[in-house]
Amino acid sequence: MAVISSADFRKGKRLPQRIFDSASEALAGLLHDGMTIAAGGFGLCGIPETLIAAIRDSGVRQLTVISNNAGVDGFGLGLLLANGQVRQMISSYVGENKEFERQYLSGELELEFNPQGTLAERMRAGGAGIAGFYTRTGVGTLIAEGKEERLFRGERFILETGLTADLAIVKAFRGDPYGNLVYRKTARNFNPMAASCGRVTVAEVEEMVPAGTIDPDHVHTPGIFVQRMIAAASNEKRIEQRTLQAAA
Amino acid sequence: MAWTRDQMAARAARELRDGFYVNLGIGIPTLVGNHVAPGIDVTLQSENGMLGLGPFPTEAEVDPDIINAGKQTITELDRTSYVSSADSFGMIRGGHIDLSILGAMQVSDAGDLANWMVPGKMVKGPGGAMDLVAGVKQIIVVMEHVAKDGAPKFRRACELPLTGQNVVDMLITDLAVFARPDRASPFALIELAPGVSENEVRAKTEAVYRMKAAR
Repeated sequence: MAVISSADFRKGKRLPQRIFDSASEALAGLLHDGMTIAAGGFGLCGIPETLIAAIRDSGVRQLTVISNNAGVDGFGLGLLLANGQVRQMISSYVGENKEFERQYLSGELELEFNPQGTLAERMRAGGAGIAGFYTRTGVGTLIAEGKEERLFRGERFILETGLTADLAIVKAFRGDPYGNLVYRKTARNFNPMAASCGRVTVAEVEEMVPAGTIDPDHVHTPGIFVQRMIAAASNEKRIEQRTLQAAA
Repeated sequence: MAWTRDQMAARAARELRDGFYVNLGIGIPTLVGNHVAPGIDVTLQSENGMLGLGPFPTEAEVDPDIINAGKQTITELDRTSYVSSADSFGMIRGGHIDLSILGAMQVSDAGDLANWMVPGKMVKGPGGAMDLVAGVKQIIVVMEHVAKDGAPKFRRACELPLTGQNVVDMLITDLAVFARPDRASPFALIELAPGVSENEVRAKTEAVYRMKAAR
């Protein structure tokens, strides 16, 4: 499949002007101190590497970041943490980052833990206009403290609220000029929900493909959820736990 | 002789039934996949968004876009499907997964599970454990019988913050197996590791449990 540059799209008439030449251009006008950013990715898999680096370079501060994990030292969201740009993380698991631990224990960084499925559903709900939902997850635990509890069919459920963000950043495998996205394998993870819960969503894609290339039946995130996009400049895809079969 | 980690995993694997959809936690539970009996076909699920996990890859097969919930590289099978994390937890929360095997810090005789935080220590977070115990049909815990300081981990009540209340159906330790037929029933000691006595288990257990003749 031919991979074509954003300039090729610009030549086309009446194509939506979603495609930008760089991450910094795509983020222009969208960043402000104190904002909330939702980021796709699980661990270091399917994270928007290019956009995270551009947000680091922008120097925007006091961020609330909604992301399942917080990256590792020196990569992923760890770049924003190391640069002191994050005020709060809304996450489910953050164990892989020493600088995170230091900032959290010193009180520089706030942390709101969510069960992983609750976090995914809160983002999905926020993007779908659902204010809240009842779940069994977390009943009778610290997670339930301060939350409404209600019985359905005799079982206990707690109320969780939908999440939205000022900006969502996602990574996709392929994208077309209409913003239709396809993810690859487990790199999909939180990206579709992040894309839906951003008031503005910026996608970085490994391959920009011409309109009509993606089978409409195979679109994972329709372009209505994607306002801006770039061809990813970074596809390092660092591996956290390279685990191999024992040699035979 | 107490069971080794691998023997505990093998014991847990005997609970797998043909056709089960199974989610394995991190640590000893991951080893269960190495002990699936011939003739038993199970489909492993990983909560980041993969149904149908294959074995770990060869060097040539490593794909950074295919990882399990422990962030380990993994391979796909001819049955594999990928979904978003929201859909993956729909499978879990919606009661579509037959069995989850998890590690634990403490289990109570009421089936409460504590496996996500120790107050005063850096907390990594609950990850998917709370969703798994809230939604999966059957929960098996695999853990060492006592903590490093010798304290019993199968207790009257969990001292550590809970992952879920009344969620454990079977407990496999390095010394013994405890099970109960439903979540209104007490646990019974159903099996001892070779050479382990009932008295030793009794001495190292705080929880109240029944005795049951070996199956």
